[in-house]
Amino acid sequence: MNVPDNLRYTSDHEWVLLEGDIVKVGITDHAQEELTDVVFVELPEDGRSCDAGDPVAVVESVKAASDIYCPVAGDIIEGNQDLEGDPSLVNADPYGSGWIFKVQLRDASAVDALMDAEGYKALIG
Amino acid sequence: MRHSVCSVSETIQETPLASLHIELGAKMIPFAGWNMPVQYSSIMDEHNAVRSDVGIFDISHMGQFFLEGEGAEAWLNTILANDVMQLGVGEGQYTFMLNENGGVIDDLIIYRQAEGKVFLVVNASMIDEDYAWLDKHLADGLVLVDASDCWAGMAVQGPNAPSAFAKLFPNQDLPPRNGMKMWSEGGENLIVCRTGYTGEDGFEFFSSSETGSGWFQRFVDEGAKPCGLGARDSLRLEVCYPLNGSDLSPVRTPLEAGLGFFCALEKGEFVGRSVLIKQKEDGLSERLVALKYTGRGAPPRAHYEVFTKDGEKLSELTSGVLSPSLKEGVAMAYLPVAHAKLGTLVDIDVRGRKFEAKVVKKPFYKQG
Repeated sequence: MNVPDNLRYTSDHEWVLLEGDIVKVGITDHAQEELTDVVFVELPEDGRSCDAGDPVAVVESVKAASDIYCPVAGDIIEGNQDLEGDPSLVNADPYGSGWIFKVQLRDASAVDALMDAEGYKALIG
Repeated sequence: MRHSVCSVSETIQETPLASLHIELGAKMIPFAGWNMPVQYSSIMDEHNAVRSDVGIFDISHMGQFFLEGEGAEAWLNTILANDVMQLGVGEGQYTFMLNENGGVIDDLIIYRQAEGKVFLVVNASMIDEDYAWLDKHLADGLVLVDASDCWAGMAVQGPNAPSAFAKLFPNQDLPPRNGMKMWSEGGENLIVCRTGYTGEDGFEFFSSSETGSGWFQRFVDEGAKPCGLGARDSLRLEVCYPLNGSDLSPVRTPLEAGLGFFCALEKGEFVGRSVLIKQKEDGLSERLVALKYTGRGAPPRAHYEVFTKDGEKLSELTSGVLSPSLKEGVAMAYLPVAHAKLGTLVDIDVRGRKFEAKVVKKPFYKQG
């Protein structure tokens, strides 16, 4: 299972990449493998202000719809439009072209509260 | 309550193949009181295997009844909607068990195994209710046995299903479409029925519950891809086969479901007939229609609400899926007849967003 060291993780199987005061968010390799066959991604509204834990996007497989939560407080600044044409990027490249949205952080230190790779590996066993 | 000829546990039940599913990497979910595989590799993979090659499903959760005695067919003809008397020995038919209001208790397939002997395959969630209903009406001299726990069942489906059968049983011919046969091999009775729930060629195979895992594995070794309930649902919905409890219900008649073809109104009296005849005379108020998205959209799913283009709520979806074969949203819903005409546009509400769909001809998908 691929769990990159440079990312932070949530217990909802999302990853966060910190770039300045912006984070990029997606779902983990483990999560995409559990979901299989992502067929639709509902992106969050740009500009939406969110608290950590707010459901902001939906990833759907053939069988089920799964909520994606905002991992840290801030404003949604961009959704990955490529997923509208090809939602399977979430399966093929979960940490790269399958990213889902970006958040402008309210407080950059919020990311420190998330799990590191070791912590996430322990969670998924 | 249940006349059972083999032992059974009372909590969530496991089929005789449960440990094999785990070995094969299945993800298990509770379904109709049973712990069943929902998928092994992925629903899309499994779906495509059945459409283009061959897949295998555990259907051991389904119920198997044997009805025996002189006049079994004639009695059954007063209970079920289709015409049992049309069946020659070795032939099967899709039919309904209706309540007094013409509503669907269950949809099932019956096979005339021999003169005076009928094999019935019923839905897992309805085994006890079907048995009780049949037993309540049972004519003197007939014997009805629920043998569900004695049998393992597997559906082998797809264009290459017949060749998988031929490899395992070089000395046995598959029965023709809708047919069944029972034979003995290595001291056990085996049943094969040329039926299925996928819209593809294939068969349903029943063995003793003890040998079920071995047979399932042998079909897998011959190239059948293990498939779960997820693919079973997407395959059946693409060909508009109804799922009881979703598309069929005790308050909907088969005529409303568009399945009048399987109701022999002219054959004589059967439970529910008078209601169907009246409905036919008066005309239907609602019909189960096939809906297809006109564009891209979030996958339609059961219980999503359906609206007119003017925003008036009509009903909700009974089933829905993003069709793996067509890559389009497909669904079914009961709509008032005024909105059920082919070509009518409606909106399906997904989490507050509306996606347009059109009433189209059934089925969504045709083989080949």
